[in-house]
Amino acid sequence: MRFLLVEDNHELAEGVVQRLGLDGHAVDHAATLGDAEDCLAVADYDLILLDVMLPDGDGRDFLSRHRDRIETPVIVLTARSQISDRVGALDQGADDYITKPFDFSELEARCRAVLRRRGGTAKNEITLGQAVFDPTAGTLRHGEEVLDLRNREIRLLEVFARNPGQILSKGQLLDRLFSMDADVTENAIEVYVGRLRKKLDGVGVRIETVRGLGYRMDT
Amino acid sequence: MSGGPEERWSIARRLTLFLAAMVAILALVSWGMVTSFAREAAGRTQDNILAASATSIAETLRSESGEVRLELPYSAFSMLGALSEDRVFYRVAVGDEVLTGHADLEGPDVVPGEVVFATLPYRGAVVRAVSLQRTILSDGAAVPVTVTLAQTREGVQAIAAGLSRQAAVLSVLVFVLAVGIAAFAVRASLRPLNTMAQHLATRGPSDLRPLRRQGPPELMPLVKALNRLMERLGGSLRRSEDFIAEAAHRVRTPLAVVRTQAEIALHSVEEEGQKQTLRRVIRAVDESSRSASQLLDHAMVSFRADDLTRERLDLPALAGNVAEALRPTAQMKDIDIALDLDPATALGDEILIQNALRNVLDNAIKYSPAETKVTLSVRNGGGEARVTVVDEGPGFGTASAGELTERFRRGARAEGVVGSGLGLTIAEEALRAHGGRLDLSGDEDGRGACVSLILPAV
Repeated sequence: MRFLLVEDNHELAEGVVQRLGLDGHAVDHAATLGDAEDCLAVADYDLILLDVMLPDGDGRDFLSRHRDRIETPVIVLTARSQISDRVGALDQGADDYITKPFDFSELEARCRAVLRRRGGTAKNEITLGQAVFDPTAGTLRHGEEVLDLRNREIRLLEVFARNPGQILSKGQLLDRLFSMDADVTENAIEVYVGRLRKKLDGVGVRIETVRGLGYRMDT
Repeated sequence: MSGGPEERWSIARRLTLFLAAMVAILALVSWGMVTSFAREAAGRTQDNILAASATSIAETLRSESGEVRLELPYSAFSMLGALSEDRVFYRVAVGDEVLTGHADLEGPDVVPGEVVFATLPYRGAVVRAVSLQRTILSDGAAVPVTVTLAQTREGVQAIAAGLSRQAAVLSVLVFVLAVGIAAFAVRASLRPLNTMAQHLATRGPSDLRPLRRQGPPELMPLVKALNRLMERLGGSLRRSEDFIAEAAHRVRTPLAVVRTQAEIALHSVEEEGQKQTLRRVIRAVDESSRSASQLLDHAMVSFRADDLTRERLDLPALAGNVAEALRPTAQMKDIDIALDLDPATALGDEILIQNALRNVLDNAIKYSPAETKVTLSVRNGGGEARVTVVDEGPGFGTASAGELTERFRRGARAEGVVGSGLGLTIAEEALRAHGGRLDLSGDEDGRGACVSLILPAV
């Protein structure tokens, strides 16, 4: 997916760009509302991540000014309290909001939810053997059959699909799949991998166990 | 603690009493003056009549063949009778010899050519007496004739007393009327002050708009001072809110940087020990950011609870919105949020109730195992609207509801989950402010928590 991140704190922006990059997303960074307008004029984005306090104005004002012109879904990043701020962001045309500091799995979950609500886009589909995997919609299409995947299965499959042929340890998968406050053991990974294997049966891709190292998906 | 009389007595009471005392003094003085005038006037009238009568008696004195003769004129006595029914005494003496009348009547000492008055006791009564002397020529010799006339004073005093009584009645009437008018005037003058006090009393504590009411010029300094105070208070409240927002921003942005960097590092390091350290860093960041937001929310709830806005809340719609907002969070653990919404309406502050429900639902999601169900239901009955969240998590164990809603208290089975222990406290406070309550229970085998937000239904 292609993101536009409007955030004036450069360290945070750099981190977010890098972190989303790890998941295979392309992120353009604008430090001011002016830069953001320039970016929007020349490129199409799947999602805008918009900070509230920016040096050249309030992100929400920007939003209410341009809501009729900008089709792209917007998730507002706020550092303020739930009660005073979040509701305001939604009223002014944001699709969702997330409080800093945010969990990237939660951000992804929210992005997916927003995109699904907005009708989604086909451009994020990934071909896996004879099947087509749409991480946004959370579906695996195999011929006539459309399989619905649960959220953790989607994320697990997405990690495998974006790193084909690579060995992924249980620890790595654990960190990608679960937000930090969940107390989950590596056994859970085995359960999810087991389920994915069943759903991928007959598709032409396999998740192999690499003894002592982790898992690898071969197409 | 009670203040001095000046603080305890209302201005109206003090002013009215002061005015009443003044009117009472004035009424007493005027009554006294009228009484003394009446006495004096009655006395003067008696004197004048006595003098006139005595003169007319004296004028009838004649000398006939060397003898002084007197014809008592009837008119002289009728004049005296006209004034009152008082008894009249007289004595006419030629030289030292009594010609006629009461011989024992001793008038005042006469001065030739003058009418002399005196008040003296006579026959057990007090009489007013007048004496005058006239010289009559008898046989070529000048003979002094003294006429003394006296009258008792009862009638005259009765007239004076009657006048004084009337004056007293009039004074009392004037007093009562004046006190009534004073009380009314005091009340009317203080009305702008009372109206202002009432207006201020009905205001919520966070209503800091300036007073626009025009009042008498005496009140203007007070109004101005109040407006200045409210302006300063409002300014300081705004500054605190800005400060809280700014503080949150300043704290959370660096936390976000740390968390992001830690996550990136987590994905690039291979060694399990380092990974473990980074996970701990991330959990600590999450914990502090969560505590920060709940402390701020807590402050906000306490602040808002003082001055609730009460609008009609469509509870199923509100519950639906909260569920929608938390659905992505639930989906991360593949938790289903099931909705079972009956129509129900309550009065309240939408943001507070939404926040309370959000805290409760967020708790349920946090403490539930993956791939379970959280049920959110709205029910209406028995004058109560209930929004209930039931999960399939570990429940509350043996802790009582009161313990769980204590600040910073967490359930016995909350091990391993990031939380500050303020979530239920915030929800409880918000509900109490609305006249509602939070109801906590587990199901029979102790698994699963059931939290109900109960509000008076409308």
